[in-house]
Order: sequence, then C-alpha cells, then structure tokens
Amino acid sequence: MSGVQEKVKGNGAAEKVVNDFSMTVATINGSGSQTSNLTLQRAFFRMGIPVSGKNLFPSNIQGLPTWYTIRVSKHGYTARSETHEIVVAMNPSTIAKDLADVAPGGAFYYADHIRVDINRDDISVYQIPAKKLARESDASPQLRDYVANMAYVGVLAHMLGIEIDMIREAIDFHFNGKKSPVELNMGVINAAAAWAEENLEKTDPYTVERLDQTKGFVMADGNTAAALGSIFGGVQFCSWYPITPASTLAESLTLYLPELRDELSEDGKTYAVIQSEDELAAIGMSVGAGWAGLRSMTSTSGPGISLMSEFVGLAYYSEVPVVIWDIQRVGPSTGLPTRTSQGDLTMVRFLGHGDTEHIILFPSSAHECFEFGWRSFDIAERVQTPVFVLSDLDLGMNHWMSKEYQYPDVDMDRGKVLWEKDLEKFEEKFGKKWGRYLDIDGDGIPYRTLPGNKHEESGYFARGTGHDDYAAYTEDNEDWEENMARLKAKFETAKEFTPKPEITGSGNAEIGIIAYGSTEPAVLEAMDYLREEGIDIDFLRLRSIPLHDEVFEFIEEKNLIFVTELNRDGQLWQILNMEFPTGCGKMVSLPKHDGLPLTATWLKTAILEKVRS
Amino acid sequence: MATTNQVGLTKNDYRGAPTTLCAGCGHNSINNQIMAAAFELDLVPEDLIKFSGIGCSSKSPTYFLSRSFGFNSLHGRMPAVATGAMFGDHHLNAIAMSGDGDTSNIGMGHFKHVMRRNLPMTYIVANNGVYGLTKGQFSATAEQGLKLKSQGENMYMPMDIVLEALASSATFVARSFAGDANQAKELIKAAFSHDGIAVLDIISPCVTFNNRDESHHSYSWGKQHREMIHDFNFIPKQEEIVIEEEFAEGTIQKVTMHDGSKVVLQKLDRDYDPTDRINAIKTVQEANQKDILLTGLIFVDTSSKSLIDLYELPEKRALNRIGQKEVRPSKAALEKINTRMF
Repeated sequence: MSGVQEKVKGNGAAEKVVNDFSMTVATINGSGSQTSNLTLQRAFFRMGIPVSGKNLFPSNIQGLPTWYTIRVSKHGYTARSETHEIVVAMNPSTIAKDLADVAPGGAFYYADHIRVDINRDDISVYQIPAKKLARESDASPQLRDYVANMAYVGVLAHMLGIEIDMIREAIDFHFNGKKSPVELNMGVINAAAAWAEENLEKTDPYTVERLDQTKGFVMADGNTAAALGSIFGGVQFCSWYPITPASTLAESLTLYLPELRDELSEDGKTYAVIQSEDELAAIGMSVGAGWAGLRSMTSTSGPGISLMSEFVGLAYYSEVPVVIWDIQRVGPSTGLPTRTSQGDLTMVRFLGHGDTEHIILFPSSAHECFEFGWRSFDIAERVQTPVFVLSDLDLGMNHWMSKEYQYPDVDMDRGKVLWEKDLEKFEEKFGKKWGRYLDIDGDGIPYRTLPGNKHEESGYFARGTGHDDYAAYTEDNEDWEENMARLKAKFETAKEFTPKPEITGSGNAEIGIIAYGSTEPAVLEAMDYLREEGIDIDFLRLRSIPLHDEVFEFIEEKNLIFVTELNRDGQLWQILNMEFPTGCGKMVSLPKHDGLPLTATWLKTAILEKVRS
Repeated sequence: MATTNQVGLTKNDYRGAPTTLCAGCGHNSINNQIMAAAFELDLVPEDLIKFSGIGCSSKSPTYFLSRSFGFNSLHGRMPAVATGAMFGDHHLNAIAMSGDGDTSNIGMGHFKHVMRRNLPMTYIVANNGVYGLTKGQFSATAEQGLKLKSQGENMYMPMDIVLEALASSATFVARSFAGDANQAKELIKAAFSHDGIAVLDIISPCVTFNNRDESHHSYSWGKQHREMIHDFNFIPKQEEIVIEEEFAEGTIQKVTMHDGSKVVLQKLDRDYDPTDRINAIKTVQEANQKDILLTGLIFVDTSSKSLIDLYELPEKRALNRIGQKEVRPSKAALEKINTRMF
C-alpha cells in the first residue's frame, strides 16, 4: 500500500490512514451478509470514495464459508488487494484463518459469540455483540440472523467514520424505500454504532473521509451492464441455459426488457427470452433467430461454450449473425466453477471444426460491457458471423465502480439485408443476379435475405459447407476453395468494425505490457508501482480479435513485452506469437491461474523479477 | 396449360431440386405429398419455411419448395433452429423434416422440448428404423431382434415417436405410412392448419438397408399390419359445406382447426376419440403389442396456446421487420438506468 499517512491530532496511538485499505468480511453463504456488504460499499461510494467489491464464494447454496472484500482507494485502484487491513469475522469455522489474514497493524472485528484464541498482538481487536443487538431489535426470530449482519455495518460506521446518512441511502436503495425493512435495519445499525461509541476504543489507523471522486461513475456488475447494453442494442432474441457465472446476464434481460422496451411498441413485445433445455439448444435457437434476421444472443460460460461448438461452426459457415457472451470461469465440472479465469480464449478463438476463426471482443469494465452489449450486434450483423464477447466471473458478477453507461453514438447497423424492393432493383444496381453468397462488394460480405421476404427469388436453403454463390448445393472443390478464401477476406474486413486496442502510458517506453479484460485495473495499478521503481511501461489493452495493425506496431516498437492473463498456458501470448512470429523472442508470458482476480503487487513483483534478471 | 390453384401457381412452383434419394425411397413419396398438400391448400411458397437436421430425411427439403426459405441445420438440433427462426416471422407456416435417427437418437432431448413448448410447426419424422447416409446402422425406432446386414441383431427395445410425443404434451400427433400417399397428404394438410406442434410419424421404408419383408419398417410389413384408426378426411375452410352432404351423422367426429378448416374422422372398426390423450397412449401401446401399425390422427388438442402466443408478439408484424425506433430505448431511459446503478 502506498497510502499517505498522517498523524492523528491529540492522544491517538496510531497514525491515521485515510481512504486506503482493503476490508474482508468472512461470513457463511446464504446468511444474508451480501446486503450488509453492499451497504458498506455503497456508503463509501456515496461519500465520493473510489471503491470496489469482490465476492469470493463457494459453489453452494447455503452454509459454506464466503468472503467479501471491499477495497477503498483514494488512488482509484479497484483491483483485488493481497492484504486485508480490516477483517470482519462472522464465521466460526474460518475464524482462525481470518485472524491470521489481518495485515500487521490492521483491525480485527469478530462476533462475540465466537470463541477464538487471539494469538496476535500486532493488530487491534474489537468484539461485536451481533446476536445481542439482533435480539434487542424489532426483528422477528426468523430475521435475526440477517439483521445480525447489520451489527458490523453499524460498528464499522462508527469506527471508520462512515456517514450514517450515506448508509441510510444505501439501505433505502436496497429495500426500494420500503419503510419497515429500512427502519428495522437502520435500527440495528444505529444501535451498533452507539454501542461502539460507548464501548470501543479505536486503536487502529484506518478511517474514511469524504472525497469527490465518484462523480460520473456508477456501481455495476458486468453481467447487468451487458444485458442493458444488449437492450439498448435492440436485442430481440436470447436463448440461454443456467450456468454460473453467466446466468445473471440473461436474468437481467428478463428483468429489464419489459420496463425498457414494452412502451416502444404499441401492438406487442419485440423480444423473446427462452430458457432452453441445454446449451446446444440455447445456441441453436439463437442461430435460428439470427438467421431469420433478429438481433440474437446467448450467454454462457466455458462448459457451455464447448457444447456450442458445432453450432458456432455452422453459424460461421452459413454466415449467421449471433452474439455469444462467455463469462469465463475455472472449469470443467465441479471444484472451482465460482472462481474467475481467462481460460477460454484459445477455445473460443478457433471454436468449431475445420478452419474457423471468430471475432472476439474483450470488455474490461462494466461500462464497456454495456458498450459491447450494443456494439456486438452491429458487428455481428455487418459481418454476418458469430461475435463472442469474453468477460469473466470477476467482471461479470462483482460490484464495480464504473463510468456511467454511454448512450450509443451511432445508429444501429443492420448490415447488408435485402427486402422485396431491394431485390427488385438488385440486378439493375449491381449488374448481376443476387446470390446469397455472392461477393458483390469485394469485402467478403455477401447480401442476405430474411425469411418472410415475399419476393419470389428471395428464398434459399441455408446449410453449412456445401453451397455455391447462389446457395445451391454443391460439393465442387473450386466452389469450396473460393468460399473459404472469401470467409478469410471477410474476417480481414471485420477489423473495420471492431474496437481498436487502447494504449496507456507515455508511448515511448521500451517495455510494453499486453492484457485484456478484467485484469486492466491491476495492470494500471502495477504501472504506478513500477514507475516508483523507475520502470516505465506502456500498456496495450486488447479490445478485440482479429488483431489490428496497432498491436503489431506496439510489439515492433518495444524491446520487451509482457503478456499477462488469467490462465496457465498464456493463451493470448500463444496467439500473439502465432500471429506475429517476428516478435516471438520479445514476448514474455506472465500467466496467473489461481482462480482469483489479478493483483497489482503480484504483477509488479513478476515484472521486476524478469526485468532485473 | 398447366393447372393453377387459387393463388395462381402451378405444381411446378412447389417443386424442389431433383431428388438424389434412392429410387423407391419412402421419403420421395412424402416429399411428393408435401408439395401436393401445399399446392392443394393454395399456400404460397414464400409463406412456408422448411427446417431439417441431418440424414436422408433431412436432405429432403432440397427436393421440395425451392422458393421457400429453409435451414438444413445440425444432426438432431433442428427443433432448436426452428424455434429461434420462427420468432423472426411468426406468420410463416413451418414444415420440418427429420428422421428416426435425427429425432429419436441424437435429437430426442430437443424433440421432447419442442413438443412441450408447442412450437407451431409440422414436424415430420420419416421413420425407417435405420441410418441411411452412414450405411445401415440401427436407429432407436428399430424393433428388437431386427437383423441388418452389417450390424447383426438389434438388442434394444424400440422407441415409439408417437408415444414420446404424447408423453411430452404434443398437441397434434399422427402416424401414417409412406405407402398410403393419400392419408399422408391429408394428414399433412391438417398439420399445416394446426396452430401448435404437429408430429407426423410416417413409416417410410428404406429400400436399400431395411426393406426385408419381416422388418417393421418395410413396405410389405406396413401393408400387412397397418390398421387405420378411422377414415381421415381434411376439409379446407372454404369447402366446409361438403361435410354435411358426404358424411352420415353418428359415425363421424369433427375437429375444427385453428384456421377454421375441419378434420372429419369417420368411424371404422373401433370407437376412438382423438382428443383423449390417455386413451391415445393406451391404444397405441396395445396396437404395438399386437404388431399393428395404427395410422391416422391419434391425438389432437386445438385449445392449447402455441409458443408464439405465449410471447405476445405483435399480431400483424414480423419481428425481423421492426427497426431501431421500436427496439432502442431513449437517452432519457438510459439516464434513469444510470441513476439506478448503485
């Protein structure tokens, strides 16, 4: 931590650390602690302090340990921190480990009904009479365990200096302004704060003070943002199958579509969301809808992607626009499905049999999830091919501080679609009869007609591989080769429509780093630390595949390029080496694969080691 | 001059590419009945849409209705593609061609789910008990004990498409035989008029791999063992008046289809009510046990809502013609959303 410390006036024992710590709450999943954690996070946010929250949860409904980490940073750092300056222990089964995890000089709060041997003298220890406060509240016996979690909110409010009004705003928001739960929870919070004032003496340095750094920002998770972006992109069809960590994306569509879209159409709904029988059907329906001219999508995670591979190959060859969100996680099967990963890149890049390659977008923030939500449809329909959006559990499910969503700055691009009148004029305009797979414009992208077109020559029988320019069945070798060459050309054309990489830094550094997606905050933070060590680094954040020339130029310019990502084999590093063989010797893979979000301290150490050796 | 129907089209307008299926294949006969049914019902090819999976049967849509849109999709996955595509323009009349392997082996999951969703679509299973394109393996509808040249003897019990459909809440279930062209055609017409999933299990012999006399999917077995559950007649909407004249009261049961057309069932040997699902299951089970190939309209329910109805789409407009104005919410709506992201 590089927080600036200042002396506390008067007789305070510790030097005050303001707005710069990471706090972890250890609870049991299913106990309702999420409301308390979000309340704290929202209160910090309303105080204008940059904040982020991460939920480390088991694959379980109720009863297993879960940890929620809130990072407060006046520097605006939102990546995971490896240290826990404040730990709140509410779970008897993990309390020994939680106690050991407190950073030296930190604060340890625990529920006083838990027996624990306090074996450390380098930290401040505070008890919270959670059960007592819950008992004394107006809560019914069934609700007592839930409101017991509000006790630590109240205690922390007093001990850290969180404004109670901001906590009330958070509680108000959570309970939608409903008076009875708001008053019940505020009652416990206020009682706990009063109790802390009377009974606890603060001996640790961590506090918060109002800042002005959250204007123009929102708090959001990537999955909700993706769903909202898709809605503003005009999504008309989504079929999906439940899977962690992707389910909340499709569920958010179902939640927000009626509210945002029903009033736009007078005579009926303009969308359908279907929970399918499996991922094969999810992508199958989405491909069917995309082929029939709807803005169509599905969302899943790695195991679902593998089931979708045959359909994705079909969509690539039959040239069907469809958007596929992959919220990556560790896989397969049981074990770590609730932990984050960037392990699907290689699979997605080439998904399908035969020669396939796919457009992939990499959002790194909730607001970019929103943007790619709508933009992905434009790209898919323009290029007539599947478009993948690779998010992950950390980005998709955690509660991030993010820039406000920006309204689309361009009209929807529906691509080359011909209706009855267009077909009538086609031959006159282009000097040729229309053919479904005929490359009129020389960009590899043909014109398509949609079912329901009443023109006599509009219909065709779509299929995978064997078709000529006019969609007639053929096994002719030359037709096949020409078709493959056109698909390749189309993939090149796609670069005109896909987001270019974003480069951060002076631009003159000799060392570069390439990363994508949810690791961005850790990379930006590590760059600050490395600058303090005298190492200047430029950062290229990849935003899409196919790779633009800017990526190649970046690799050309630098003497040393680190590629960091959350998988074992350095999948992006492999792709970059494959596509830019001349840059091979210069690119160093820094993969991390522990199921957790990347940290700046790990990255800084890893880079320092390489640079100094 | 060729005869035209009421929409001014000739039979030629319903044709497809020349068939590449084996001479004598039952599927060719089904294809012919599909074209004839569409012609006789005065359907416009652009108002029809075709779907198929993979297999000999799934190649068939190439050989009929060239002017219609269609999608030759993946093995067993046709129901999924059709479900999505029908939301593009829900006014289209969908016809799906599948086979016993495509449906009862690799695609059974999707088959059952498309039943319970009641997608408005005619779902024909050209059922011959054998894989053709991969050269003669058993499918799940092959009877136990069936011997095939390169496969030996089938050890497993057969799957019955009709029973599976009935158990999955299908709203129109029929069985026919490719050797009975007229019945197949009339059932196809009724299926076209049904607003929901209409399953037609048509025993369609494979002359190359599974047409020995003792095989349950052969022409000769079908001819010897078939029993019509009733005499089936389809009366298009405009010809309604004929009913009263041609059929004697008391021996017929009428079912009015969604579009106003009628199905008229004339009693033969047995009393049979095709609106009774439980009895339908029992009757088919008993017939199977006695080696009877029961054909006709086995079950129909015209009251259940179709999948499309459940989604409350605009009645007169197709979703794929709706533009930005109606699908992109306003800037003000986004501002409101931003205030709620907290």
